Amino acid sequence: MKILAVCGMGFGSSMVLKMSIESVLKSAGIKADVRTADIGIAKSETADVIVTSSEFSKLLQNKNIPVVVVKNYVDKKEIGEKLLPIVQGEKKGS
Amino acid sequence: MDILVAVLQFIVNEILSKPALLVGIIALVGLLFMRRSAGDVVSGTLKTILGFLIMSAGADLLSGTLTPLGAMVQAGFHLHGVVPTNEAIVGLAQKAFGTQTAAIMALGFVVNILLARFTPAKFVFLTGHHLLFMATLLAVVLGSAGITGVNQIILGALLLGTAATVLPALVHPFTQKVTEGAGFALGHFNTVGYIISSLIGKGVGKVMKDKSRSTEEIEVPEQLSFLRDSLVMTTMTVIVIYLILAIIAGPAAIASQAGGSNYLMYAFTQALTFGASVAIILMGVRMILAEIVPAFQGIAERIVPNALPALDCPTTFTFAPNAVVFGFISSLVGGIVGLFLMGPLGLALIIPGMVPHFFDGGTAGVYGNATGGRFGAILGAFINGLLITFLPALLLAFMGSLGLSNTTFGDADFALVGILSGLGSRTGVIGLYVIVIVALVVLVGLASLITIRGKRKAEEAEEAVVENA
Repeated sequence: MKILAVCGMGFGSSMVLKMSIESVLKSAGIKADVRTADIGIAKSETADVIVTSSEFSKLLQNKNIPVVVVKNYVDKKEIGEKLLPIVQGEKKGS
Repeated sequence: MDILVAVLQFIVNEILSKPALLVGIIALVGLLFMRRSAGDVVSGTLKTILGFLIMSAGADLLSGTLTPLGAMVQAGFHLHGVVPTNEAIVGLAQKAFGTQTAAIMALGFVVNILLARFTPAKFVFLTGHHLLFMATLLAVVLGSAGITGVNQIILGALLLGTAATVLPALVHPFTQKVTEGAGFALGHFNTVGYIISSLIGKGVGKVMKDKSRSTEEIEVPEQLSFLRDSLVMTTMTVIVIYLILAIIAGPAAIASQAGGSNYLMYAFTQALTFGASVAIILMGVRMILAEIVPAFQGIAERIVPNALPALDCPTTFTFAPNAVVFGFISSLVGGIVGLFLMGPLGLALIIPGMVPHFFDGGTAGVYGNATGGRFGAILGAFINGLLITFLPALLLAFMGSLGLSNTTFGDADFALVGILSGLGSRTGVIGLYVIVIVALVVLVGLASLITIRGKRKAEEAEEAVVENA
């Protein structure tokens, strides 16, 4: 399973997001390859799930990949609630 | 004995003074410290080294595209033209100061961790690229002032560690207002701009009261969302700037470089190459940070209990996305107003860089909005725009030969720290040690006071969400 954390530059806030996602997945016992990306890379890369802010999600709607919108990048509760159902659904589907 | 000396010499000359390898070693230590698997350690270390080499390759490509810019501004305005772009100046500076930069970055983070561990200011700076940029700035300014070697590294690390601890602490009362106590701090070296914007917002809020409502009550058109693609934005502005400058300067100014091709098309392709080289540098930076930032975070978590992570500015954007657009536009207007004042004041022509205005101006807008609504956002970000035009111009004098390279650091804290440490260096090495240590004690004391006061306030407010404060 591959997850992209997306922000404007692809190494600032997306790095924060990536570390939060990894920690959430680790405590849920899910293995995943979480990478950071800027919007250009996110458009050209394939992934199973994209996690980003609401502003960037608008630019990524036309990809057939579920987009999880997060407000607080360090809030593991918020990330868990939004991401885990999708991740678990993807796993069953594939 | 001779063998020992030879081994030491080999380590210093062949490994530690090769910045790519030094950065690799820093990543290696971090990965080992986090007890990652052997495969992760090998691939992480290699990727960091490759990232550094990619960054250098991007900088080589970039420097060629800056030459026509300088020539065109010189011919058109008889001024020194500068586009502040952190990635560009940092890439260029690694040739002369790569080793010192890597050492200052690693040791500066250690200073940050120690200060966070042993003082009430528990801020751990996790915005890796800004640590890298500030380390570069300090290496350049101190090195250009004749402070070299071990002293350059120690003084640089002390200054970096102090800035990384103190600046997030000083702006934290406002950060909490922005994020409604979300449990993180702001780690972005344009803090002076954000504090000023917050204070202006506070003033606006007092004068206008509820006439200045929040930016988030306004609909912002969807079409503006392309602004968030920073590579597209940088390239588009550089194209516009290069074409305007080429028209003003005329074909003669860049004829020798264009080598027979049409001067406008030459300027156009150089602008595109500028965008491409920034993309390469960014890719290199991304590869370096992907390994180093998690390592830093892992180290911080083990050593500093209750550490408050200081994070990159877009983490605040989600709390007021409209204020980002307001802030960007009015910061840019401030930059353009500033541009016209540079010539008469006899300063270098600072051409507004889109990336600093977007991220710094956007954040200034978020902070100004939090304290003073939409007019706070507009006025605060406008002043931020002036600030990140004038400060980089004043910084150039302290950057030695790199001050002439047509690009420079774009954010307020880099410029301010650079100017102050450049001035401090004039007192000599010992004088600078005294100044740096006094500044460290005073500033960390101030940061601790603000932190303790903030905590007390949070405890008093019964409904406040106290999670990490």
